[in-house]
Amino acid sequence: MSEPSLTAPHQLSYTYKRSLGPVFSKFFTALRDRKVLGMKRRDGTVLMPPKEYDPDTGESLDEMVELADAGVVTSWVWVPKPRRQQPLTQPFAYALVQLDGADTAFLHAVDAGSEDKMSTGMRVKMRWADETIGAITDFVFVPAE
Amino acid sequence: MRDVAVVGFTQSPSLRRETDRNEVEILIPVIQELRAQTGITNDEVDFVCSGSSDYLAGSSFAFISGLDAVGAWPPICESHVEMDGAWALYEAWVKIQMGYADVALVYGFGKPSMGDVPLTMALQLDPYMMMPLWPDAISVAALQARMGLDAGIYSERDMAERAVRDRGNAKSSDVAQVKGDFTVDGILADPYIANPLRKHDCAPISDGASAMIIATADVANRLQDRPAWIRGFEHICEPMDFGVRDLNASRSTEIAAEKAGVRSDKIDVAELSAPFTHQQILIERALGLDDATNINPSGGALAGNPIMAVGLSRIGEAAKRVWDGSADRAVAHATSGPCLQQNLVCLLEGN
Repeated sequence: MSEPSLTAPHQLSYTYKRSLGPVFSKFFTALRDRKVLGMKRRDGTVLMPPKEYDPDTGESLDEMVELADAGVVTSWVWVPKPRRQQPLTQPFAYALVQLDGADTAFLHAVDAGSEDKMSTGMRVKMRWADETIGAITDFVFVPAE
Repeated sequence: MRDVAVVGFTQSPSLRRETDRNEVEILIPVIQELRAQTGITNDEVDFVCSGSSDYLAGSSFAFISGLDAVGAWPPICESHVEMDGAWALYEAWVKIQMGYADVALVYGFGKPSMGDVPLTMALQLDPYMMMPLWPDAISVAALQARMGLDAGIYSERDMAERAVRDRGNAKSSDVAQVKGDFTVDGILADPYIANPLRKHDCAPISDGASAMIIATADVANRLQDRPAWIRGFEHICEPMDFGVRDLNASRSTEIAAEKAGVRSDKIDVAELSAPFTHQQILIERALGLDDATNINPSGGALAGNPIMAVGLSRIGEAAKRVWDGSADRAVAHATSGPCLQQNLVCLLEGN
């Protein structure tokens, strides 16, 4: 029994890639190029995040429109002790942000420095990562003024 | 519709941390006590349905082990939902309505103390737009609370009043985790943990389990002088994205209550499982409750929050008040998802 035992590398991971579908594929590809796309509904209002189907009527949607990289905070909460997984290591805010050109707010993070810099109605703009990969973590918001 | 009633209900104490028992060991005495309470044995049960979350246990198919508490030999007909046991009850109720069963055993269980629950809850969010940001459940609830405060829908005092009421009611409960005499001013003097939420605005995190038997009229009338008849049972889900929902109301609860017929007569008792004080207010309003209703006599979710069983326990607590004659009509509520995304309403009536 002088032969060494057989070994093989084992990496715990998914062995497949997952398609994001027709809408999120465009959205995240655009995000990699530092652009934000929303989805226009039949009534002219714009959904952000974009959706393949209208959440109220179920209608199929496909008219994506570019949105501004700045918007308004509609609600927020300060995170004084971020957990390891959260997007910033220093204290920050989670906020609902309605981008200029969109009619719905979405959840993201604001790197505001301190809680007293945060308020409902404040303006924020995106700060892009040095390298964008097509993920929602490609940016965080910072106070606009 | 077939007449179906809640005829048995048992629950474990809500504990912040079960140090010596695993999920099955928490569940076993709850099931045994249910058998003793009702006299119903496995051969009389046509259908078994459970609610739990593999994400809390941290392993896939963890719910299978729960069956060890029931016993699955000879083979039984069973199902599971990755939801609160209240939704397992709904599945069992549908099964009975379809004529596939007459007696069903339902249970919910969870041991969330094994993980970081507010962070685990981030896994239920949109996997591309929200989950990678890991918004913890308390932060997400705080976003909703601030929106309601900004809009003048409720005040921090209104929120604190719910904590005082429910923790005070819980003094009469032998399973509640957080109970006692608190004051609104005392709570408002506490620091924020996630502005505008204070510790008292949040339900505790509890390990625990509960179990229930529902049955058609023959069995129900044999077991109970006053069975708690299920007269309305509905659940509605809202869209996932926060921006397309009205976070200052619970539209899905309103619709479910309407369909269940909640507002057609007085409600003596309401048991609500909203895990944050501002959500308690939204659910009370969605159900149209006022001072005429005894709200959360058990203390509700704010006094004990066995995740994956807390909703089923609300239905059980409501049923107890029908059995003992203190309520002719009772409504129970369960919720799932962030910011009251999905809501279940169960209307119970005495004879």
